[in-house]
Amino acid sequence: MIAVERRLTQPRWLTYVIPFVSVAVAFGIMAVVLLATGHDPGRTYRRLFDAAFHGSAAWTDTVTLATPLIFTGLAAAVAFRMQLFNIGAEGQLYIGAICAAGAAIWLGPDHALTLTILAMCVCGAAGAALWALIAGVLRAFARTNEIITTLMLNYVAGLLLTYMIFDSASPWRDVSTVQTRSFPQSVALKPSQFWPTVTVFGVSVSFGFLLAIGVAVALWVLFRVTRFGFEMNVIGDSQRAARYSGMRTRRKILAVMAISGAVAGLGGASQIGDFSHVLDASPQGLQGAAYGYTGIVVAALGRYNPFAVFLVGVLVGGLQNAGLFLQGADFPIGLVGVIQGIILFCVLGGELLVRYRVRLGRRPVAAVETS
Amino acid sequence: MQGITKRFPGVLANDAVDFEAAAGEVHALLGENGAGKSTLSNILTGLYRPDEGAISIYGEPAHFDSPSDAIDAGIGMVHQHFRLVAPFTVAENIILGEHRPEARSFVVHPRRIERHVAGLGERYGLAVHPRARVWQLSVGEQQRVEILKALYREARILILDEPTAVLTPQESEALFGTLRAMAREGRTVIFISHKLHEVKAVADRVTVLRGGRNVATLTAAEATPRELAALMVGREIELAKRVERAMPPGETAGLFVEGLGVRGDRGEEAIRNVTLTVREGEILGVAGVAGNGQRELAEAITGMRPLSRGSVRVGARELRTGDPRAAIAAGIAHVPEDRLGTGVAAGLSIAENSVLKSYRHRGISHGPILNWGMIREVARDLIRRYAVATPGPNLRARDLSGGNLQKLVLGREFSSAPKVLIAASPTRGLDVGAIETVHAYLREAAESGVAVLLISEDLDEIRALADRIVVIYEGELSGDFDPETATVEEIGLAMAGGERG
Repeated sequence: MIAVERRLTQPRWLTYVIPFVSVAVAFGIMAVVLLATGHDPGRTYRRLFDAAFHGSAAWTDTVTLATPLIFTGLAAAVAFRMQLFNIGAEGQLYIGAICAAGAAIWLGPDHALTLTILAMCVCGAAGAALWALIAGVLRAFARTNEIITTLMLNYVAGLLLTYMIFDSASPWRDVSTVQTRSFPQSVALKPSQFWPTVTVFGVSVSFGFLLAIGVAVALWVLFRVTRFGFEMNVIGDSQRAARYSGMRTRRKILAVMAISGAVAGLGGASQIGDFSHVLDASPQGLQGAAYGYTGIVVAALGRYNPFAVFLVGVLVGGLQNAGLFLQGADFPIGLVGVIQGIILFCVLGGELLVRYRVRLGRRPVAAVETS
Repeated sequence: MQGITKRFPGVLANDAVDFEAAAGEVHALLGENGAGKSTLSNILTGLYRPDEGAISIYGEPAHFDSPSDAIDAGIGMVHQHFRLVAPFTVAENIILGEHRPEARSFVVHPRRIERHVAGLGERYGLAVHPRARVWQLSVGEQQRVEILKALYREARILILDEPTAVLTPQESEALFGTLRAMAREGRTVIFISHKLHEVKAVADRVTVLRGGRNVATLTAAEATPRELAALMVGREIELAKRVERAMPPGETAGLFVEGLGVRGDRGEEAIRNVTLTVREGEILGVAGVAGNGQRELAEAITGMRPLSRGSVRVGARELRTGDPRAAIAAGIAHVPEDRLGTGVAAGLSIAENSVLKSYRHRGISHGPILNWGMIREVARDLIRRYAVATPGPNLRARDLSGGNLQKLVLGREFSSAPKVLIAASPTRGLDVGAIETVHAYLREAAESGVAVLLISEDLDEIRALADRIVVIYEGELSGDFDPETATVEEIGLAMAGGERG
């Protein structure tokens, strides 16, 4: 008989050991899958690691893929820390991208890059914050479940994005040539508006990545040393206790929703400024990447700690990078998905073991059942 | 059922406890919190397995792998917190999880079950309509449903965990009648309690647990309350008795509530037209059965719940209603009845909880930045002054025992130098030693001129502490008793709404 029961105490070392064990188990399971499909596990793992973390080219791609995940991961972490389940980073990222692209297009190529970046960041963050506040206001004043509203608003944001490029002649849409009139695409940023990169040990690091580090540090400070962070912790632990001690929970809900949205919006701005330079509304674009949803996983694995979220973001980014690299004629994309899935499944499953333990055989302390 | 011996190493919740209850007796299990009463009953109901020792029931060795084994062996348990499904009817709740064919067959015959339930109710004086929905029932009636559930399952051994905590004195009397009737039929009733007079009133024998050990098994009729209390605590203690305070209540009104109307969670009128005054240095006791508006009254005064009518004044100052921060600023301290969910943020540390209300003060934070050194200093000071037993200020509040948690809450509330103190069931679930401490703190608060509103379901507590007693029944106050002269029967009648009868 197998029984799963809650641990009475959670040993500290366990929190560090379990992730590694989980990854090892994942590689074990993957070996079986790979052997069954006729691949050499050892070689595949080697390629996987090399593609993600070996050499400056690999790191450049990993950092690129990690940047949006860190933003959305941090966005989710801020809200989840206060038990505010904003799963709308996806839509907030779209809105951030729309607003940032709008700012760049409106400004045009003839301004200082600093001004352009500043305008894109402010517009992207503010737009996404307002978008998130729709759900925030509903939650604070009408007690609407924010999980539902933020999820629904993701679809609204996605459709808005599609509409602006495919179904309308909005200022975002490029209608200057015959080609773009029949194959809709957005106005592209001019090279003078591209966000800069710095090269560290041969790895080209985008401005957005540095911005993400800055946001992580700022959030850490917010959580640890400010009254605001203290109130967030209390509200997250017990809303009743927060109300009892005279905290303004409504205001805090609005503020945290806005911060969460703004961080996701910065992710959208960075996508436009750093990487794609166009507002890509196609199914392969922003809407295909699901940065917002992956960010929730990143946040959960990082236990809503900004620095851990950052590290997990880099790891998951590397995994996606390796996936892109692996796929080819002999390695179908489906198998890549299976491998990524196994790793995430094992790591998330391992989390369970931190809080619960599995007992084999007879149980001296039975799981609680109601009679 | 004889000869249970079991031990729990590690935590040592039960240390070689022998416990036996004879068929046909009401056997009380008496002990402080943490004495091992719950562990013992959890072992008996199959929730835990003993590490050593054996259970035998009616002479046969028994072996429980799960609660359902225990149910099959004829053991029923009535928990302190009821396990009923509110939207279901009484009959539906009773057959829930039941194994026998009548309840388990694919086609349920509700009428047959209802007749069965009604029959049982009649036999044991447990009046409750089988087709009533649980949410419509009073707490006392819900408890009857729990007992009926056990009887329906043909429990030969019935365990009740502090069953009177939610009842009026009259309801408790009725319950005792039922328990005795069951014992007369040859069933075994195990009655867990830490109220001495109840044990004396209902039990044939008493087993006292202390520190996981069986200290004594006595015949209830021969034991004095004093003796039992001493066995329970391990030393001589003063039973809750009136102590004259050095400072008599003052003349000026500390808290003045006028024409209060408050809505409950379901929008019902939980408090209608309540007017009360608490003078400085006075303890006003509000007695009543749980669920008659006590929670709403406390929450309305402390700003946690908006008022639909009326006003709350502290001294001459009228409060902005529905705003806890305004109440705190006016000097209202609040010891809430739900200390773990409301009084503290249970997942946070003692340090964080000790500045739950004062974190905005200068010194504890500078502008938006917290001063962690100062916060830990405040916590250490509280721990020292109120003798909170803890390894340090970084322990999570959740990990404190009930008594120590209450000391932390009381200490925090007192250290804000309040003008008014609202204490809601401040000793519920605490052991005798902790109750003494809490009572001493409440007296001390009154002596220093604080207007204390003590809302409690424990009549003994109110009689021991209060200068005046009012009774709350269905959201209205009645009576103004002098605790020196009023009898339990008078107050109990008012608690049951008798005067309006």
